[in-house]
Amino acid sequence: MKTKRSVVPAGTNRGLSVRHAATGRILGAFLLLLLSGNVHAALNVFACEPEWAALTQQLAGDKASIYTATGPLQDPHQVQARPSLIAKARGAQLTVCTGAELEVGWMPVVLRESTNNNIQPGSIGNFEAARYVTMLEVPSRLDRADGDVHAAGNPHIQTDARNFLPIAEALSKRLIQVDPANTAYYEQRYAAFDQQWRAAIAKWEKQAAPLRGIPVIVHHKGFPYLNDWLGLKEVAELEPKPGMEPSASWLAKVLNDLQQHPARMVLRAAYQSERPSEWIAERAHIPAVNLPFTVGGTPQATDLFTLFDDTIQRLLAGLKQGTP
Amino acid sequence: MFKKICSNTAMAVLLSHTMGASAADTSSDNAFNPALSLILDGTYGNMQRDPAIPATGFAMNPNPAQTQGFSLGESELGISSNIDPEFRGFATFAILSASISVENAFVQTTSLGNGLNLKFGRFFSGFGYLNEQHAHTWDFVDQPLVYNTLWNTQLIEDGMQLKWLAPTDMFVEVGGELGRGLNFPGTDTPKNGSGAATLFAHIGDDIGIEQSWRAGISAHHTRQTDYQSSGVPDLLNTPGGTSNSFSGTSNTAGLDFIWKYAPNGNFRERYVKVQSEYFRRKEDGMLTYDAQTGGANLTDRYIDTQSGWYVQSVYQFMPTWRTGLRYDRLDPGVATLGAQIAGNVISNYAFTPSRVTWMADYSASEFSRIRLQLAHDSSRQGLADNQIFLQYIMSMGAHGAHQY
Repeated sequence: MKTKRSVVPAGTNRGLSVRHAATGRILGAFLLLLLSGNVHAALNVFACEPEWAALTQQLAGDKASIYTATGPLQDPHQVQARPSLIAKARGAQLTVCTGAELEVGWMPVVLRESTNNNIQPGSIGNFEAARYVTMLEVPSRLDRADGDVHAAGNPHIQTDARNFLPIAEALSKRLIQVDPANTAYYEQRYAAFDQQWRAAIAKWEKQAAPLRGIPVIVHHKGFPYLNDWLGLKEVAELEPKPGMEPSASWLAKVLNDLQQHPARMVLRAAYQSERPSEWIAERAHIPAVNLPFTVGGTPQATDLFTLFDDTIQRLLAGLKQGTP
Repeated sequence: MFKKICSNTAMAVLLSHTMGASAADTSSDNAFNPALSLILDGTYGNMQRDPAIPATGFAMNPNPAQTQGFSLGESELGISSNIDPEFRGFATFAILSASISVENAFVQTTSLGNGLNLKFGRFFSGFGYLNEQHAHTWDFVDQPLVYNTLWNTQLIEDGMQLKWLAPTDMFVEVGGELGRGLNFPGTDTPKNGSGAATLFAHIGDDIGIEQSWRAGISAHHTRQTDYQSSGVPDLLNTPGGTSNSFSGTSNTAGLDFIWKYAPNGNFRERYVKVQSEYFRRKEDGMLTYDAQTGGANLTDRYIDTQSGWYVQSVYQFMPTWRTGLRYDRLDPGVATLGAQIAGNVISNYAFTPSRVTWMADYSASEFSRIRLQLAHDSSRQGLADNQIFLQYIMSMGAHGAHQY
């Protein structure tokens, strides 16, 4: 059975709006004010990252109008609390974000300035995916000398496909709470997604079997969930501390350590600079693998299913290329 | 044996205490501690001219000058927390070498909804772009000349602010403030009612995924009562200038604009931002020339329109490194003087102060920044100044989200 794969590239909403002239928009804005009755019946969802926009799309179909706050090539730690985000949050009935402090640098301002009671922390309209999965790398001590560590654990939970099962279940329940009129629809979408996703996980795990135990280097500590799932073994990071830029001396050390602990590939997320991993790859004669990290991170990762199809294909291609 | 039992008991007590602690934490007073942050800031300044000399034509304005040599800048202690389901509190204390000043201390509503946001207490006025930004987020060591002279660095107001965010796809925000007007351009006059009023509007949006912008207009009104200035140059070339006193109205209009661009919208790697603001102020009232005991004490009408603008751009050319350029300009205007003071007060300085500033800064993480700044300051006629600054800005404690 072929899944219905709706494409939700991040920034689509914004892309469209560019075409309108600013004056026309202000005029339209005031017209909308006058007609502020319930013109739009769709549930307004504000997704912090593209993967949550894609999951909401899977679970809510055409019942939701989804705005994606960040693009696939943006570092989600460093997003500006742009005026557009505040405007979009004002009308949102549900925010779908990672949580675990990933959005701590911008979301609190957006939520506060939006003055929207429906989506404040603790409200049913505020959904944080990280609450529904087992967090990895929860620090035993909190010290900024250790870099950009998150008290709740590593927030990059979307790299393990299995995490989407409990998150989808919780998000579907939340959609029903926020929009009970469409309960049957959401239940049916969730059941279909759950079934397809379980089948897909089985397929991916089979495909990814050769990756088990393979030693890898990563740019940022962005893949512990992927490693935990597929059994990749992380031997080094290119960032000296999480969030700190790779320095020349640190890269030289990583390269030197590779002689003791050889790695087969160096992984980075699509939003990260290719330079440090290319530098290591060239000298250590191992392939540098660019992973989509989220929906839209590569041209092939057009939705949640192709996100993992492409991630595994790229890892397998890297493994093949790096075979001595 | 006894000793062993004892130590075992002690161990058990210790263990039960440790285990109980995590559960107890949630109900203890400590769990409700507000978010705390502390900014450490210091500069080294090297200037060829005495920083106390004001910009030409602006001797009756504030001159918040930088300090020569090593100095502890403004260390800032910030505390914020939700108060209850309806209010949030925020306070920052500026710790100066000899005193502590309350910079911000306000309460903000969190549940009015409908786009309404009410703030009361002491806060940075919401007009313009830079006025609401805390010093540790500035892109240069100092504020633009127009902020220094027209707003005494930045306008702090005691009062209330109401903002409304329109329910539109595009960001449209309007706001108004009523305040005591205790800071320049106002003078603190204890009376019923308000001493200053501000109106502002902002609009903003994205252009594709890579660009975003915000633009605004503002208006500010206040009154000055016996505002004293000393060292004001006059037509008689009085050594050291004279002391003047002004009472009258002050009306300011402003425009502000900021645009940000990052390839793919990724601010981690590289970005550019360009911002500019313009302010124009008309003061209309009575000026007393040489207002001191035994002085001339001549009083007559005084009307002047001062203005100023800056444009600046900051470019992060690689992660952790940024550079920026700023151009500043002021216009002291040509004052209309009553006959009583026309022979003494300078009406036309025939000079437009300006300054060019360059900076480069390095941030190992988002919590630390070290900056070098060079400026060629032509704000005083015949006294061009080359300035060098070194600055550190370090943040500790709560992460805190950044404003746009």
